[in-house]
Amino acid sequence: MKVSVQREDFDLGAEVAAISGKSTIGAVASFVGLVRDVRMTLEHYPGMTESAIAKIVEEARGRWQVMDCTVIHRHGALEPNEQIVMVAVASAHRGDAFAACEFIMDYLKTRAPFWKKEERAGGAAWVEARAADDEAAERWK
Amino acid sequence: MKIKILFFASLREQLGTAAEELELPGGVATVGALREHLIARGGTWANAMAKNRAVRAAVNQDMAQPAAAIKAGDEIAFFPPVTGG
Repeated sequence: MKVSVQREDFDLGAEVAAISGKSTIGAVASFVGLVRDVRMTLEHYPGMTESAIAKIVEEARGRWQVMDCTVIHRHGALEPNEQIVMVAVASAHRGDAFAACEFIMDYLKTRAPFWKKEERAGGAAWVEARAADDEAAERWK
Repeated sequence: MKIKILFFASLREQLGTAAEELELPGGVATVGALREHLIARGGTWANAMAKNRAVRAAVNQDMAQPAAAIKAGDEIAFFPPVTGG
């Protein structure tokens, strides 16, 4: 299991390959979140961020067969179309890999202490939390 | 008892501070009571921490509800709802 909060970009292919080595693994599901059409800065809470993500991964391991998992989330200044976050889950079968990957993303959106500040035409503005994200996390309860 | 308080994102900007050490007065023993204590400073504090605003908290880097207890040496953080991912 790997959790990293970093400024640098990541290589999804390399990260997927790194958790695909065992012959018992039959499926790897991955997700990448991208910056849309606005420059932004991502602030986070060093220390808590890593432990919050690790707890989410642990919860996923309790629900599905997660044989390996990598979560990388970037912080700092990001340009349009850059990668922000990735989750990759390795399992024996696709059902567990898909479900755990989606669960980790849904919980990360509502429980990991990151805050986006977007540079809009009228000036920089903090992004408001979305009710849809809370609802997405709620459905796993 | 002495605690450390951290503020993040829009709260940090509004308050003009990222962190402070605070000697807690007696009777302030929960996250909710600490928030009330900060609101009572008035001015920007009353606005930023107001009860009708969505403010989340963590105790020692773990999400916490208003009823969560505070003890000496704790790191308490206040921040807006998270928007990562």
